[in-house]
Amino acid sequence: MLLEVNNLNVRFGEDEVIKNLSFQVERGEILTILGSNGAGKSVLLRALLGLLPYEGSVVWNQKMRVGYLPQGLNQLQVKDLPLTVQDFFMLKDPAPTVMTITKYLDLVGLERDILHKTAGTLSGGQFQRMLVAWVLVAHPQVLFFDEPTTGIDIGGGETIYSLLENIRKNEPLTIILVTHDLSVVYKHSTNVLCLNRKGHPCFGAPKEILTPQLLEQTFGTEVKFYQHQ
Amino acid sequence: MDANTPYQLFLSLTSGIFIGGIAGYLGTLMLSKKMSVVAGPLAHLALPGVALALVFGFSISLGAFPFVIVGAILIWWLEKKTTLPMENLAAIIFASGVGVALLVLPIDKAEEALVGNIMQITLPETLATIALSLAIFFVIARIYKKMMLINIYEDVATTEGINTSRCNLLYLLSIATVVALGVYLVGGLITAALVAIPAASAKNVSRGMWAYKIWAVAFGIISAIAGIIIARQTHLPTGPMVIISGVAVFVISIFFRRRFPHKKFSPLPIRK
Repeated sequence: MLLEVNNLNVRFGEDEVIKNLSFQVERGEILTILGSNGAGKSVLLRALLGLLPYEGSVVWNQKMRVGYLPQGLNQLQVKDLPLTVQDFFMLKDPAPTVMTITKYLDLVGLERDILHKTAGTLSGGQFQRMLVAWVLVAHPQVLFFDEPTTGIDIGGGETIYSLLENIRKNEPLTIILVTHDLSVVYKHSTNVLCLNRKGHPCFGAPKEILTPQLLEQTFGTEVKFYQHQ
Repeated sequence: MDANTPYQLFLSLTSGIFIGGIAGYLGTLMLSKKMSVVAGPLAHLALPGVALALVFGFSISLGAFPFVIVGAILIWWLEKKTTLPMENLAAIIFASGVGVALLVLPIDKAEEALVGNIMQITLPETLATIALSLAIFFVIARIYKKMMLINIYEDVATTEGINTSRCNLLYLLSIATVVALGVYLVGGLITAALVAIPAASAKNVSRGMWAYKIWAVAFGIISAIAGIIIARQTHLPTGPMVIISGVAVFVISIFFRRRFPHKKFSPLPIRK
């Protein structure tokens, strides 16, 4: 067991965003968190990372190297800074070597001449890919991805998920992921956690628990879904 | 001492160079957090301290320091307590500073408080300025990358293992010290410009972080030297002249802007 969450409660003033949530994550697992807008997905990630005050227990079984890719971090955040992509990597402590950086840029499908471009002038997709490389470069043991597909187009039918699968072959990597992309859930997730504001979340393997009824409950009626065989 | 002796000029230039340089360096961090406005309020907060110093006849920086430091700690603490943005809190602090200053500042002596008195700086004050500037330089150099990451995205900085609260405090204390030093050079009204302008000019001419820092320090030093010398020749007040020199550098820097940084491939050696 890597992570054990028991009776987690997160509230903002009167507003109970997460209510009595319990689940476990095993080492090497991919856990997907599903839920409609405002269901508390990002809040849950931030609580697990210790960025928010919460009640209940969140127990990591050892000290982990964590990588976090939040939803709100994009090229607009750095557009006012005279910061090249290489400078951006150098903000990490310890700073990676140029060789390591180019290796990871290559992994996410970026040319290495991007190193000398100003980070704020990258396109949304390029910046997202660079961030994935930025997070991976420190060999995290646990990855927290908040909607990593936003704006990512690796091309040739490759997705950020197949990239992560490849990395997982060589390095033990646990991934906790927020996404709306159901095909990803079926193809890549070990377990799914659906959140809703009603206080009865579901948790289990995707094929077992993701019934049309449950999806409707989680996302409302408009969800278009098809199951990958 | 007569402000026109070469010895006095040497002291003034030396402290001017250190204050201008460190203010420019710190400014590169503040510009990136859109914090350069915060230096203004903090400097205004120095005014009541300067006023007290003038009333009781002690060194104006001795008066300024405690007020500015307490102001910085107050902002840090209030930001944690209230979750209001730092700029907002600084504005509140600013109002208190100016309000109190206007109550106690002897108006006939106000010029020194408002536009600085670097031309009367003494040897011990110069030495203290050098020591403090160097100390601040090392503090900022230590937290620079961390602050940059905090400025970009605080949650990510936290998950990268950065103690954001400690960094913010060190950062604010550095700002406070630089501001108190800046009060010497340009007075309590326009200290923010000392921090903001060199960084803005540097941003115009540089693409990477390294160039940005170097240029900001250089522009800070150039403005200080030019301002002091021009003021001495023209018998005009030094502080405003330092700022005007900075503005001149800024205007020139506009023509050297690196706005479109998409030059194809730069010939830096990259090993694969």
